[in-house]
Amino acid sequence: MIKLNRRTFVAGAAAAASLPMLAGRASAADPLKVGYIYVGPINDGGWNTAHEAGRQQMLKKFGDKVTSQYVENVPEGPDAERVLRDLYNQGNRLLYATSFGFMDSAVKVAQAFPDVTVEMCTGFKPSSNNNLSNYNIRFHQARSVFGTMAGMLSKTGVGAYLATYPVPEVVSGINSFTLAARRVNPNFKTKVIWLNTWYDPAKEADGARALIDQGADVMTQHTDSPAAVQVCESKGVPTFGQGSDQSQFGPTMCKSSSLDLWGAFYTTRTQAVLDKTWKPEDTYWGMKEGALDIAEIKNVPDDVKAAALKVKQGWIDGSYNVYSGPIKAQDGTVKAAEGAALNDGDILGMNWLVEGVDGTMPS
Amino acid sequence: MRLKFEKRPEPSRFMLYATPVGAVIITMIIGAILFGVIVPPPSQGFVATPAVPPPVDLGTILSGIGSHLSFGLQAVYQVFIAPLVTSYKWGDIAVKASPLILIGVGLAVGNRAAIWNIGAEGQYVVGGLAGVGIGLLTQKMTGVWILPSMLLAGLIGGAVWGAIPAALKNWFNVNETLSSLMMTYVAIHLMNHMVTGPWKDPSGFSFPQTPLVTPSQTLPIIVPGTYVHLGVVITLIIAVVVWFLMSRSLFGFQVRVVGSAPNAARHGGFSQKATVWMVFLLSGGLAGLAGIFEVTGPFGQMSLGFPQNYGFTAIIVAFLGRLNPLGVILAGIVLAVTYVGGDLAQSSLQLPNASKGIFQAMMLFFLLASDILIRYRVRFISNAPAPVASAAAMRSPAE
Amino acid sequence: MSVEFLISVIITIVGASTPILLAGLGELVTEKSGVLNLGVEGMMLVGAIAGFATVDMTGSPWLAVIVAALAGAGVSMIFAVLTLSLRANQVATGLALTIFGTGLSTLIGHGYTGRPIKPFTTIFPDALALHPIGRVLFGYSPLVYFSFIMVALVAWFLNSTRPGLILRAVGENDLSAHSIGYSVIGVRYGAVAFGGAMAGIGGATFPLVLTPLWAEGLTGGRGWIAIALVVFSGWKPTRLLAGAYFFGLLGTLELYAKASGTVFTALLPSEGWAALPYLATVIVLAVISASKSGGGNAPACLGRPFSPSA
Repeated sequence: MIKLNRRTFVAGAAAAASLPMLAGRASAADPLKVGYIYVGPINDGGWNTAHEAGRQQMLKKFGDKVTSQYVENVPEGPDAERVLRDLYNQGNRLLYATSFGFMDSAVKVAQAFPDVTVEMCTGFKPSSNNNLSNYNIRFHQARSVFGTMAGMLSKTGVGAYLATYPVPEVVSGINSFTLAARRVNPNFKTKVIWLNTWYDPAKEADGARALIDQGADVMTQHTDSPAAVQVCESKGVPTFGQGSDQSQFGPTMCKSSSLDLWGAFYTTRTQAVLDKTWKPEDTYWGMKEGALDIAEIKNVPDDVKAAALKVKQGWIDGSYNVYSGPIKAQDGTVKAAEGAALNDGDILGMNWLVEGVDGTMPS
Repeated sequence: MRLKFEKRPEPSRFMLYATPVGAVIITMIIGAILFGVIVPPPSQGFVATPAVPPPVDLGTILSGIGSHLSFGLQAVYQVFIAPLVTSYKWGDIAVKASPLILIGVGLAVGNRAAIWNIGAEGQYVVGGLAGVGIGLLTQKMTGVWILPSMLLAGLIGGAVWGAIPAALKNWFNVNETLSSLMMTYVAIHLMNHMVTGPWKDPSGFSFPQTPLVTPSQTLPIIVPGTYVHLGVVITLIIAVVVWFLMSRSLFGFQVRVVGSAPNAARHGGFSQKATVWMVFLLSGGLAGLAGIFEVTGPFGQMSLGFPQNYGFTAIIVAFLGRLNPLGVILAGIVLAVTYVGGDLAQSSLQLPNASKGIFQAMMLFFLLASDILIRYRVRFISNAPAPVASAAAMRSPAE
Repeated sequence: MSVEFLISVIITIVGASTPILLAGLGELVTEKSGVLNLGVEGMMLVGAIAGFATVDMTGSPWLAVIVAALAGAGVSMIFAVLTLSLRANQVATGLALTIFGTGLSTLIGHGYTGRPIKPFTTIFPDALALHPIGRVLFGYSPLVYFSFIMVALVAWFLNSTRPGLILRAVGENDLSAHSIGYSVIGVRYGAVAFGGAMAGIGGATFPLVLTPLWAEGLTGGRGWIAIALVVFSGWKPTRLLAGAYFFGLLGTLELYAKASGTVFTALLPSEGWAALPYLATVIVLAVISASKSGGGNAPACLGRPFSPSA
C-alpha cells in the first residue's frame, strides 16, 4: 500500500502531468480512450472471451468517438497496478478491470489519478476520489434456469457442481442451482467439489469424472476451461456451459450455457463518461437488463425447455425469484422466511450453503 | 570441419564481461527476427493462424517482409528500450528488479560455492508467510517495531526453509538441486492452504487472500510519486555488502575455494558442510527477505498470485550477472526491463505476454552458449585431429 | 463401493499417471546417461501444442504423436547443444528450456484456444473396450499401452543390451567410458533426444486423451512431478511405473475423497494431498542417498559436464 498523503498525491499528479508525448493530453475533440485488463487469454472460450465480446460491441456502437486497448493475461497483484497505470499513461481515461483479483490495484489507481474513471468487475471497495464503481452480473439467475432443467433431467436426483473457491459468486451459483432444482424435485441433492484452482483443465476433467462416479447424472461447473463439458459429453451426462456458448465442446450433452453479455453495460457506462454524466454507482444487472442470457437450449424434451424459458421469463418480468423464502441453510438456520427474500447484500456476500448441498464450505 | 576447444591459460576477463552484453544484444537481434516472422502485425488483435492466405507476389512479399520486420523491431524496442527512455517507468523497473537482485545475490554466492539452490522460490514464499504470520499477530497494534519484526521474520523464515536442503545434504548426502526444488512446491502448497484457509481475510468475502497490511506494516515509499519503496534501497545495500564480503573477506574466499577446488579447501581447513549451511542460510534468508518486502510493499498482502517465479528468474539473473553481486544488480535491471517492457509491448503492440518468457530464456541461452568462450578459445580445424585418448591418459583432468 | 465405481476410479488413475510415466521414462534415460535436464515441463508443453495443432490440422492423432515426439526432441536439442557441446551449466540451461518451452507453446497456441479436437479412440474392438468390466484392461487410448511397452523396453535396454550398458557406463564414469573409446557426448545427445521425445509424447497425452482442448500451461506442472518421479524411483524403470501410479493415485484420491465427502479431507487438507508427492520424494531421496549400498543411487556423473582433458 502506498502512503497516500497530500504530498505523494500532489507529487504523483505533477509527475503524471509532466509526461512526454506518450501520455497525451485528451482534448475535447480527441476520442475517449478506454482500457481493459483481462486476467486470462481473450480466447479462453469463457470468462474473458465474453468480456472481449462486450468490448467489441461497445466499440462498434461508438465508432470513432472511442478507441480502446486491452491487455490480457495480467497477473493479479502489483503487476495489474502497473499495467493499469501504463494504460492511464497512454491516455486511457476509462479503465475496466475485469476480475476480482484486480480490486486492490484498481482502487489504488483510482485514488492516484482523480481524472480517470475506473469500473471494477465483481469488486466491493470504493475509491476516495469518487471515481470508481463496481459492476457485476446476477449470474445466479442463469444458474437457477439450469437448476430447473437439472431437476427435471436428473434420474438419480443427484447433481454435481464443479467449484473452484468459495467466493460469494460461486457459492450463490451453487445455492441458486440447488434451490431451483429442489423446486422441481424436493429431494434433489448437489454434490460439490472445491478444486482450489481457477484453472487446471486436467484436474477439472478428473474432478468431473469423480463427481459422475459418485452418482451425479447432471453437472454444471464454475471453472475457466471447458474440460468438464468434454468429460460430460463423453460420459453422456447433461451439463451447462458458462460465460460463452460452450456447446461446441459438448454437442449433445451441453444443453445450454450462460452467456455473459457485458456489451450493454460497457456501452451504457462508456456513454455516461462521454456525456460527462458518469456517477459512481454500483451496477448489478441480470436478464432483465440484457446483461445475462442463456444459449439456445438443445437436445432436451419440450417440457424441460418450456420450464427453463419460463424461469428466464420470470426473471425478466419479476415473477420468479430463486432467492425468495423459505430458505434454510445446511445447518438448519432460516436465511429467509416464507414470504421474505434475500437482498442484494445477502447475495453478494453469501458464505453459506443451502440445505440439499452435499459438501461443506472449506474453512 | 570441426570445432576445437583450446583451453585458455587463464579465463578471459574480456569475455567474462563482454558475453552478458553480447547475449542481450544477440537476443534483441534474434528476437526482432523471430517475432517479426511468427507474429503478424496485428490489425485489431493477435491472431496466429491467418484466416485466408494472402496473395503471393513480389510486392506483397516485400511489403510483408517490411511490415513483419518493422513489427519485430518495434517489439524489441518496446521490450528493451522503451522502459529505459520513459522516465516514469524507472520506478517500475526499480521495484521489479529489487526482488530479482536480492534473491540473485544469494544465489550468486551459492553458485560460487558450487552449491545449487533451486528452491529460492520456496524460500521466498515461506519468508513472505512468516512475515504475514507476525503481521496477523500485530494487526491491531501500532508501533515502529512492527515492520522490522516482520522483515526479520521473513529473513528467518526463508533461512529456515533453506536449511532443509542444507540439512538433507549434510546429514543424508541428498543432492541439493533436487531437494530444494521439491521443497519449493511444498512451500507453494503450504501457502495456498494458509491463504485459502486459516489466514484468509475474514472481511474479504472469502476471496483467497490475507488481510491487507496495516500502515505500520507497510514499507515506506522513498521516492514520492512512485512506488519505489525502502526495500529497493536495502536490497542495493545488501548487494554491495555481499560483494564486499565475497571479494574481501575470509568468508568470500572460503566460498570461492570450496566451489572451485574442493580438495584444496579441505586441506585448508574449510569445512564443506559449514559452507553448505552458510550458503543456504544466506540465500534462503535473502530470498525470504525479498518475499516479505513484496508482501509489505507492492502486494500489500498475500494471495494465490503471490509466487511470481522470481526465485527461478533470479537464477537467470545470477548467471547473467556472472555470479558477482554488482553484476547481479545490472542483470536484475535488465530482466526487470524485459518484464516492464513486455507489458508495454502488450498494451501498445498486442505482443503476446508469452514473449517475455521467450526473451528471457533466449538471453540465458545465449549467455550460457557464450560461457565457453571464457575458458576456451574456439578454433575451426579442417581435418580430424589425432586421437586424444593417449594424451588424456598422460595429463590429469583439470577443470 | 461397487465394482463399477472401482473400475471408474482405476481408469481415472491410469489417465492421470500416464503423462508423468511417459515423461519420467524419458528423463530417467537422460539422467542415466549423466545429464540432468530440468526442462521437462517446457518440452511437455511444446509436445502438447504440437500434438494439438497436428490433430486440429490433419485429424490424425497418430500423426500427432509423432509430431509431438519430434517437437519435444527438437526443443531438447537446444539444451543438448548448450550443455554437451558448449559445456554450459545443466541446471540453468534446463530452467531456461522450461521458460522457453512454456512461452513458445503459449505463443504458438494462441490461435488454438477455444477449439475442441477429437481425442484418441480406443484401439481394441468395442466389445472389449466398452465392456463394463473389460474396459479396465482394454478401454484405454493407445498411449497407455504404449507407456507400458516403453517401460519394458527401457528396462530391457538398460539392463540387458550392450548400448544400454554403455549408456549406464557413460552416466557412472564418463572418463573411463571415454578412454575405452565410447563417444560420451554422442551417447548423451541420444539420451537427451529420447528424453525430449518422451516428454513431448507425455505432454501430448493431455490434448489427445485427457482434455481435448488447448489452454496455456495445459500440463499444469506435471513436468516437475515427472522429475520428482525419476528421483523417487531410484532411477529404475519398474519402480518408475509403480511410482507414477502412486502419484496418480494420490492426486485422484484427493478428488474422489472430496466428491464422496469421506473422512479423507479431515486427515489432511487438500493442499497437503497436493504436496504429498513432493514430500514423499524428499523422504525417499533422503533414504536412498543415505544408504551406503548404492543400490538405486543417482548416476555418479549426474549434472556434471563431461570434460576430457584434451
